[in-house]
Amino acid sequence: MLLGGNAAMADWAVNMTQGVTEISRQVYDLHMIIFILCVVIGIVVFGAMMVSMILHRKSRGAVPATFHENTKLEYLWTVIPIVILVVMALPATSTLQDMYDAGESDIDIEVRGIQWKWQYTYLNDDPAKEVRFVSSLSTPRDEIENRATKNEFYLVEVDEPMVIPINKRVRFLITSEDVIHAWWVPAFAVKKDAIPGFIHESWTIVDEPGIYRGQCAELCGKDHGFMPIEVHAVSEEDYEIWLAEKQEAARVVYETIGKEWTFEELMATGETVYQQSCAACHQLNGEGIPPVFPSLKGQGLAVGPIAAHTDIILNGKAGTAMQAFGTQLNPAQLAAVITYERNAWGNNLGDHIQPSRINEILSGGAQ
Amino acid sequence: MITEHPHDSHGPDKGLMRWVVTTNHKDIGTLYLWFSFLMFLTGGVMALIIRSELFQPGLQLVQPESFNQMTTMHGLIMVFGAVMPAFVGLANWLIPMMVGAPDMAMPRMNNFSFWILPFAFGLLLSSLFMEGGAPNFGWTFYAPLSTDFGPPSTTFFIFGVHMMGISSIMGSINIIVTILNLRAPGMTLMKMPLFVWTWLITAYLLIAVMPVLAGVVTMMLMDIHFNTAFFSAGGGGDPVLFQHIFWFFGHPEVYIMILPAFGVVSAIIPTFARKRLFGYESMVYATSSIAFLSFIVWAHHMFTVGIPIAGELYFMYATMLIAVPTGVKVFNWVATMWQGSMTFETPMLFAIAFVVLFTIGGLSGLMLSIVPADFQYHDTYFVVAHFHYVLVPGSVFSVMAAVYYWLPKWTGNMYDEALGKTHFWLSFIGINITFFPQHFSGLAGMPRRIPDYALQFADFNMISSCGAFLFGFSQLLFLFIIIKTIRGGEKATEQVWEGAHGLEWTLPSPAPYHTFATPPSDLNDAHG
Ligand code: HEC
Ligand SMILES: [Cu+2]
Repeated sequence: MLLGGNAAMADWAVNMTQGVTEISRQVYDLHMIIFILCVVIGIVVFGAMMVSMILHRKSRGAVPATFHENTKLEYLWTVIPIVILVVMALPATSTLQDMYDAGESDIDIEVRGIQWKWQYTYLNDDPAKEVRFVSSLSTPRDEIENRATKNEFYLVEVDEPMVIPINKRVRFLITSEDVIHAWWVPAFAVKKDAIPGFIHESWTIVDEPGIYRGQCAELCGKDHGFMPIEVHAVSEEDYEIWLAEKQEAARVVYETIGKEWTFEELMATGETVYQQSCAACHQLNGEGIPPVFPSLKGQGLAVGPIAAHTDIILNGKAGTAMQAFGTQLNPAQLAAVITYERNAWGNNLGDHIQPSRINEILSGGAQ
Repeated sequence: MITEHPHDSHGPDKGLMRWVVTTNHKDIGTLYLWFSFLMFLTGGVMALIIRSELFQPGLQLVQPESFNQMTTMHGLIMVFGAVMPAFVGLANWLIPMMVGAPDMAMPRMNNFSFWILPFAFGLLLSSLFMEGGAPNFGWTFYAPLSTDFGPPSTTFFIFGVHMMGISSIMGSINIIVTILNLRAPGMTLMKMPLFVWTWLITAYLLIAVMPVLAGVVTMMLMDIHFNTAFFSAGGGGDPVLFQHIFWFFGHPEVYIMILPAFGVVSAIIPTFARKRLFGYESMVYATSSIAFLSFIVWAHHMFTVGIPIAGELYFMYATMLIAVPTGVKVFNWVATMWQGSMTFETPMLFAIAFVVLFTIGGLSGLMLSIVPADFQYHDTYFVVAHFHYVLVPGSVFSVMAAVYYWLPKWTGNMYDEALGKTHFWLSFIGINITFFPQHFSGLAGMPRRIPDYALQFADFNMISSCGAFLFGFSQLLFLFIIIKTIRGGEKATEQVWEGAHGLEWTLPSPAPYHTFATPPSDLNDAHG
């Protein structure tokens, strides 16, 4: 599997990747056709200029001709480009039709762009079997800030990759929580804008197992350069195993919600969650980047009544970068991060909230 | 030949107030050109900050939030502050002299349209020092990133855009009225030099689309401050609507920045080929068709927003069509050179480089119009390479060519040819080292507008950054050459260039403060 990933990187050198789907290969061929036609046009035009610059120079005693129009010639060089354009347009049209041909899909994945990570939901008719997780950059801060050597997959690696089976038709339902992002995996030739309020679809059938990497392709704010995409295409059996594990893990998490957590447990988990999900905006030291990203240290909701503090974290604040984390994190993580914020950086309020309480609020049992 | 009218030929006012109150088209042209150069250097410094950050993987010089401010301001300043004012400056200097008019039709408005600009850009630049920083959402300022998520300075940005828009609209009204009403008797439209033609068409484009830009920023303002929801899905609006309106302005805008360049090159190549421009009429028609097509292709910037297939196909075909009139222009230039008697002074070098490098940018543009391939190219460095090829060795080279070409007429002195050629070669090499590798990094998958990148893009970025520094610092030589020429040098003749044709070359060098107080009578040579 790793080898597949490496091979995919290797032909990324100077040209478009051929990719691993029927469509991506068609796109590559199309790209090469138009590229070669353009090169030929370039050679003819620049060649003629070159010849002229060598032959028709004053220093060689050239005497200027007096012609300054020629209707036949003008027609000719209007018609020839039109013919070339038709030659390009035909394969382009048929490839586009293939790309838009939305057939029945085997798997539907909702892809949701959230400032600066992706949330994947494997849709299932039975909601209990729905798998949902957030996939975000896993490159350590130390590598980005040049305190550690950069690893091979610097900036194109994530904590939890999307996993899909090969030879199955996977449909992506692409949308966004906040600003416009674009979900792009070059090896699939899939690039679609993720737009808040809209769901656009795209699909792929991958025919080689491997790791395929991409990036967000639409400027989406501060960490636009840091929201990579990693897709693992695996055999169907491996996919089923992975899915079952995910469903099981979700069940286990669900069970831990019921238990009573100690303050220390909450703080420890909270710190990790905070670093992964909150520090990009509010910074590790809690001081944020005012005025856009507020400080949570010694001021505001984080040191106010716990209900309002919980509310903004679960539901976010519309029209700002503060997202609704209620759908991104599980109740244990939510309780942990709230507790952490109330007690870190000298906030020391000493209170905490239990996952079970979060769960009540989320399932409508608030107040 | 010029007829002197003693009562008319008073000189400029004394002192600095001359520049503030001037209504003289030559003074205002000079102001525009210097302003544009200043903005070119400002935007250039930002470009160098961007390229320094991208020199190596990892974050070194600036943090992502300042990086985004740099890319945004670089784009806005280069488009609205450097390229557009440069062409307006050339229009001011040249159009009256080319059509045999004593001045622009509305001299006071002319003064006003220039003097708005320093305030507009002062406002825009001041946002760099505001709390929350300058606009950071790209020069395309897509909603909702620029509305719900923008920094507080967005409001100042909107006000700045309004001011620039007013300035452009006044400038273009002035140009249209001058061309349509002040031509010397006997100069029919089809006798006008191509530079005048391209500007006439450009001015119409400006009047048509600047109000659209004003509209879209006003809608943003309403969304930000008055709780409307034009662009916010949560309130029943549509973020994609923003892009449609923006690009309805934005696509003609890119032709606004290139059509006058076509005019410049169509003046320079015949002069140094000592042969008349090939296909003058087809040039006029090609320019008009490009202008028309520019209104109906806007969504080719938005192929990935999820347009239905019929729409994608329509915008693809329409966009491809632009290649036809553009091709006609390139072929005409080559045919003008063909069997001429060429010499290669600095303006000619820039003009030839323009034709070659603009064509490369045009061809990559054609590739971008092919929708399925565009899905892979869109928002990558391939696009960055494409539009920099048409804008820098395109528009910017044409402005430099124009400056070298007309500088002897403006100052009365010849520039230093050896230095001019050095400037050309440094710029030519620098620009290609900067932007050619970006085609490759784009194809290999590097998204645009990112402050840091994966390791496989490292080599190309390092090369690109080196080229950028070479190109950037060569422009100081340009500044030096201009100042040197203004201060002295070999005296220029009336015609300046052996092969030059057109009314401006019948005036003395330097052109007197007031010219064509009485219209010229010999128009046979007007368009060369
Ligand atoms: C994408 C950037 C971003 C991320 C990530 C983020 N926040 Fe926020 N947060 C904001 C912004 C912006 C606000 C201010 C909203 C407003 O205008 O009131 C905010 C406000 C808050 C507030 C209220 C501050 C106050 O006193 O008004 C809290 C508490 C908070 N965030 C907690 C969190 C937690 C916990 C996380 C991680 C689970 C998190 N945030 C992740 C951007 C972010
Ligand atoms: Cu994004």
